[in-house]
Amino acid sequence: MLPVLTGFIAALRDAGVPVSMVEAIDAANAVRHIDIGSRSALRAALGATLVKNVRHLAAFELVFETFFAIQRPDEESSTEISSGTTATGEGTGGAAEVDDLLAVLTSALATGDEAMIAAVARIAVTRFSGIVPGRPVGGTYYLYRVLRRLDIDSLRDGLIVETVDADATPLQRRLAIEEIDLRLAAFREQVRAEIRGRLVADRGPEAVARTLRRPLIEDVDLATATRQELAEIERVLHPLTRKLAVRLAQRRRQGRVGRLDVRATMRRSLSSGGSPVDPRFRHPRPGRPDLVLLCDISGSVATFARFTMQVVVSIASQLSRVRSFAFIDTVDEVTSFVAPGTDFSEAMRRIGTEAEVVWLDGHSDYGNSFGVFVERHLEALTQKSTVIVTGDARTNYHDPNLGALREIAAASGALFWLNPEHHRYWDTGDSVMGTYAEVCDEVYEVRNLRQLEAFVEKVALPTTRPIRRVV
Amino acid sequence: MNDPVQVASALAAHGYLADDRIAQVVYLATRLDKPILVEGPAGVGKTELAKALAAASSRRLIRLQCYEGLDEAKALYEWNYRKQLLRLQADRGHEWDEVEGDIFTEDFLLARPLLEAIRSPDPVVLLVDEVDRVEVETEALLLEILADFQVSIPELGTIRSTSTPMVVLTSNNTRELSEALKRRCLFLHIGYPTVEREQEILQSRVPDLEDDLAAQIATLVRSVRGFNVRKPPSVSESIDWARTLLALGVADLDAEAAVDTLHVILKHQPDIEIAAGQLSES
Repeated sequence: MLPVLTGFIAALRDAGVPVSMVEAIDAANAVRHIDIGSRSALRAALGATLVKNVRHLAAFELVFETFFAIQRPDEESSTEISSGTTATGEGTGGAAEVDDLLAVLTSALATGDEAMIAAVARIAVTRFSGIVPGRPVGGTYYLYRVLRRLDIDSLRDGLIVETVDADATPLQRRLAIEEIDLRLAAFREQVRAEIRGRLVADRGPEAVARTLRRPLIEDVDLATATRQELAEIERVLHPLTRKLAVRLAQRRRQGRVGRLDVRATMRRSLSSGGSPVDPRFRHPRPGRPDLVLLCDISGSVATFARFTMQVVVSIASQLSRVRSFAFIDTVDEVTSFVAPGTDFSEAMRRIGTEAEVVWLDGHSDYGNSFGVFVERHLEALTQKSTVIVTGDARTNYHDPNLGALREIAAASGALFWLNPEHHRYWDTGDSVMGTYAEVCDEVYEVRNLRQLEAFVEKVALPTTRPIRRVV
Repeated sequence: MNDPVQVASALAAHGYLADDRIAQVVYLATRLDKPILVEGPAGVGKTELAKALAAASSRRLIRLQCYEGLDEAKALYEWNYRKQLLRLQADRGHEWDEVEGDIFTEDFLLARPLLEAIRSPDPVVLLVDEVDRVEVETEALLLEILADFQVSIPELGTIRSTSTPMVVLTSNNTRELSEALKRRCLFLHIGYPTVEREQEILQSRVPDLEDDLAAQIATLVRSVRGFNVRKPPSVSESIDWARTLLALGVADLDAEAAVDTLHVILKHQPDIEIAAGQLSES
């Protein structure tokens, strides 16, 4: 068991889950107390001792599934796999066979028969995936092949017709469809697990774990995130910002010691015969920064702008005032669209249609946007405000209008620029980051949630704001 | 409690329906004598777990509710200085050495929850509730207890526990706990239950509830959790909902009845509007 365990821990560490020595020892201890034949017991024991953060649970599950994949000494499957490696590379199985399997699957999904669903997944992988031993292809490829043969979408439609009564109320219908979707997702997961099992049998767990490695969600590059990853980010964003707000509130209060509280000190001194041996202090109330967001929401950087706004708006209670402006080639105030508690995808859609952010052609024009901002909205800035500009500084070869940004910098207390591009690409092509950086207090590369969180925390604490140099 | 199945049935006997993972981790904790750190959204029964555990093992429950500003004097122990002062006055005329030995004894010690749990002659369950609310520095207070089940008092020396307490820490995950604390605990994440389990929980908590209605509530609550709401409803909210519907005499939960009583499971006005919109349009 021990070699397996050390391999497992190494794979966990590879996947970005920090496992300390003590935790590894605990895991080894825990394993001695459980029924080693039971997967669920092993999963619980390893999970409880090795993973100490909810955000790492998904990575743990994946590595666990890989290392302790269900491997059956299934003769049928091995012969099938070798016969699947025909010249075409396609899996065997004619149309009639597919239909039979689909009929079984449909009834299993309709009744929620888990054993049957698992069996169908196994057969489907055997027949359709055409796994070639030794071929360095990721599991996703095989998954795609299996699901394509089964035609999941029409399966879903069929299931809906079959299980939802015609006279069901809309609500019942909706709930039934949700149930179907969950079962289909479970089936897909079964297929994935099955494929993983075959791959592990072929290449060994370490090799498969390496190909499955995915970055933790905080480290996913926002610009290249897949739809699924974006949904995941969306899901962790809310708890993350709540955490951030609580932490800021605490740090704000603890940051400094307040003035002497004479009354409390006197009261306290009674127990020591009138000598003030235990001075009490008032809670400090440092000022809150005043934030102005200026976000480029043109196609390429829209996602980033949206997450930035979302994070900033959600910590609004820690700031004295937040005003948000959006621009593409001209600028408009969007504060009312993104008030706390609004649905952000809806808000972004409304900003796109209702706010006046496009002037000429809808390609970002930083120069004109800054110019218009100076003209119309400069009164939004005071010496107490912190301006945050987000965007890739790609001007489409328009005039950067550095003077306007310089005016914004002069009218505000601090000016930060967040660039969602890797700093390697700054100042290449039409990027004028270097030019703008001259008048900014600081320019940050913010490509993932972790960097965004760190930046927001830094800005919202008044003590860490840079001292303004003369512009 | 010799295996996870027994743990689960012992907890169930006291009204806590544990899923497989919870039972496994609790069982391991009793075996390894390690504290359990329970994390999860508010209202999924983290505190209830500790209570049920105490009832199931017929131990006394000692609870330390954490809050910002909690300090040693409130969590661990405090010298009863009023009593010490009285003692000094009563002993006037004695030599200092005699008196000093006198006033720093256990008689003058006010035991706070942590020390109480250690000193208790019978084994106890110690619940450290919402540990994420204390500051990082205060967490250090817990470390000695969690690892070695002992408390060091400078004037008295080290007090070791006579029996090993079962320790449950809960956290709402509002901040990252320190590595040192996490390392000493078994980690248990309790999420929202499956529909089947939620239905069982509802029926065990609200005995008069019909099967049908319980199933409807459980599915509908799962659906609402999928909406884009600020605070998704938790198990405690769905129990409240079941009670409300029962009191109102609703036998069949249709869209209208659901929308009318949404305020029981959702506590923010924008959330209620989102859910009402979703439910009535479908």
